[in-house]
Amino acid sequence: MPDDRELAATGAAAELLADITPGDAALSEEAVSLAVAGARRRPLGIIFWLAVTWVGIVVIAAIFANLLPLAHPNFQNYSAINTGPSIHHLLGTDDLGRDLLSRLIFGARVSLVVGFGSIAIGMIVGGSAGLVSAYLGGGWDATMNGFAFVILAFPQILALIAITAFWGTALWKITLIIGIGSIPLIFRVVRASTLAFVNREFVVAARALGASPARIIFRELLPNVLPAALSFAMIGVAGAIVLEGTLAFLGLSVPLPTPSWGNMIAEGSTNGQLQQNIYIMLWPAISMFLLLLSINLIGDRLRQRFDVRESLV
Amino acid sequence: MSPRDGADAFPDATELADPLLTVDDLRTWFHTPRGTVRAVDGISLTVRRGTTVGVVGESGSGKTVLSRSIMGLLPTRDVERAGTVTFAGRDLTTMSAKELRSVWGPQIAMIFQDPMTALNPVKRVGAQITESLRLHLHMDRKEARATAAALLDSVGIPSPEKRLRAYPSQLSGGMRQRVMIAIALACGPRLVLADEPTTGLDVTIQAQILDLLGSLQDERNMAMILVTHDLGVVATRADEIVVMYAGKVVERAPTPTLFADPKMPYTRALMDSIPRLSQPSGTRLAAIAGRPPDLVDPPQGCRFAPRCPYAQDRCRESEPPLRTAGSADHLFACWFPLTNGRPSAPLTNNEVTP
Repeated sequence: MPDDRELAATGAAAELLADITPGDAALSEEAVSLAVAGARRRPLGIIFWLAVTWVGIVVIAAIFANLLPLAHPNFQNYSAINTGPSIHHLLGTDDLGRDLLSRLIFGARVSLVVGFGSIAIGMIVGGSAGLVSAYLGGGWDATMNGFAFVILAFPQILALIAITAFWGTALWKITLIIGIGSIPLIFRVVRASTLAFVNREFVVAARALGASPARIIFRELLPNVLPAALSFAMIGVAGAIVLEGTLAFLGLSVPLPTPSWGNMIAEGSTNGQLQQNIYIMLWPAISMFLLLLSINLIGDRLRQRFDVRESLV
Repeated sequence: MSPRDGADAFPDATELADPLLTVDDLRTWFHTPRGTVRAVDGISLTVRRGTTVGVVGESGSGKTVLSRSIMGLLPTRDVERAGTVTFAGRDLTTMSAKELRSVWGPQIAMIFQDPMTALNPVKRVGAQITESLRLHLHMDRKEARATAAALLDSVGIPSPEKRLRAYPSQLSGGMRQRVMIAIALACGPRLVLADEPTTGLDVTIQAQILDLLGSLQDERNMAMILVTHDLGVVATRADEIVVMYAGKVVERAPTPTLFADPKMPYTRALMDSIPRLSQPSGTRLAAIAGRPPDLVDPPQGCRFAPRCPYAQDRCRESEPPLRTAGSADHLFACWFPLTNGRPSAPLTNNEVTP
C-alpha cells in the first residue's frame, strides 16, 4: 500500500511532466519581440518637429543674440519711431525707436533663463525630495508631504509680488524665487509617480541583490519616474515663463530698459500704444504663445515616445 | 565559478560539517490595523549544502513571507521578527542592513514569483544583470558584459548578446523568468530561494524552467529552497519537503518518506488534489473544502481542524506539537495521524464553510 502510494504520487508528478518536452518556444519568441519592436516605432509627426524647430530657433537666437547683426536692444533710432516692419527694422520699431526684433531676441533670454532655470532648480530639489520621500514612506513622507501642502496653499503670485518688492528684481532672484515656488508641485508629482513603483517587485528584487537605498532610488526608481517628471517639467517651464511674463507685465520682473517678453507686452498695451502701434505687443505675445504651445507639445510627445510602459506592457 | 565577495566572512572550514542554513523557531508578525497577522509562526528547518528543500502550502499559508523572512527582506515598518536564521555559521537576524547587502547576491539570492513585475521595465536586461556583477564582484564593464552573456546562454536564451540590449517588455514570460534566474545566479550564490518560480508561466515552460534550475543547481552545488503550492512540482525535485499550513509546519520529511507515508491529513489532501492523467475523464478533483484560516485570529487547537475530515474534539481544543514518526527526520503535527494512509480517527461530519 505505501509503495502504491509513492508510485501514485510521484507517478502523478511524472505524468504531469510526461508530455511536456522542452520545445523550441524560443524560436517563435524572436519573431514576437521583433514584431513588438516594430510596432513601437511610430513617427513623431510634423507638428512635433515644427515645435522643436520653433524652440530651437528661440533658444539659438537667444544664446547667440550678441553675435547676430542686430542693433543694441536699447539703441534708439530717432528717425524711425513706431514704424511697421521694414527692411531696416524687420519687425518694426517701438515708440522710442528701438528695434523690435532685437528687443524680442534679447527679451527671449529672460523668458528662457527663468523658464528653464527655475524648473531645473525645482526638479533637482523637489524631484530628489519626492523620490526619497516616497521611498522612505512613513513619518518622513507624511511630514514632507504636509509641508508641501502648506506651501502650495499660499497663492504663488502674491508671494512673488511680496518677495520681489522687498528683495529686488534681478534675473537670478526671479529665477530662484520661481524655482523655489515650483519645488512643492514637482515634489508632489514625482512623489506620486514614485509611489506607483516603490512597492513593485523589482524594487524588492534589487534589494535582494544587495542594492543600497541610494542605488535603488537613483538606478531603479528614477528611470521609471523620469518620463513623467520630464513631461511635467516641460509644462512647468511653460508655467514659469507665463509667471515671469505676469510679473513683468506688473513691472516686477527684470528692471527696464532690459527687454523681456513680459515688459514688452506691458509697454505695448499701455498708454494707448495698442491703437498706435500694435506690433510692440504683438511680436512678443505671438512668440510666447508659440513657445508655450511648442514646449507643451514636445513634453507630451516625448512622454508618449519614451514611456516604455505605456506603449508595451 | 567566480570569486565570491565576502568569502572571508563565511569561512569554508565548516563547509561540510554544518548545514548551510538553519532556521530556528522563526516568527514573522505583521501589525495591521485589523490586528496582528501571524504569517510565520514558529518555523524551523534546515537546508544542507547542494540540496533542495520544498516548501509546500496553499495560498496564504505564509510561504512567501517565510522565504522573505529567511532573507531578512521584509518591510521595515509594523513587522516583528523573532527566532534565528543561521547561514553558514552566522545569524542573519542580527546583521545590520549593510552586512546583509553583502550577503544578498553573492551568498543568498532570490528568484521571484512574477517575472513581469520583478524586472525593472525601463532598464535593459544587460544592465540589470551586470549591475550586481559590478557591485559585488567588482568586474569592469567589459568583463561583466561577457559574464552576463554567458549567464544568459547558460539559462538557455538564444543569441544572448542581442538579448542583453532588450528591454524586459520585449521578452516573453518564459524568457523573462530565465533572465530572472540569470540575475539571481549571477554572483554564484550558495543558497537560492525560489518563490514559486514557475507560477506565472504555462505548464510547458514550467517544466523547462524547473529542469533548468535543477541542472544549474547540480553544476554549482547550490542549495535551494523551492517554494510552491504544487506538490507535483517538488515531488521530483526536492530532497526534503516542508508542508506549511497557516504559518506553521504541519509535516516535514524527506520526499520519498512523505509520499510513502504522509501523517498529516492536510498533506494527504494536498496529494489528492493533484490531477492525474490516469484518472478517467470526468473524475472530480479532490479539492480541500474551505479556505485557510484568518491569521489574525487563528482557530484554537489544530489550525487545520475546521477543514479536516477526521477532526475530533481534542483537535479543536489543543494544538498538536511537532513530533517524530518512525525516523527522526519525519516530523508531523497531528493528534490522529494517518498510518499507512489510513486515518486513526473516525470520519467526522466537519462543517466546512466553502
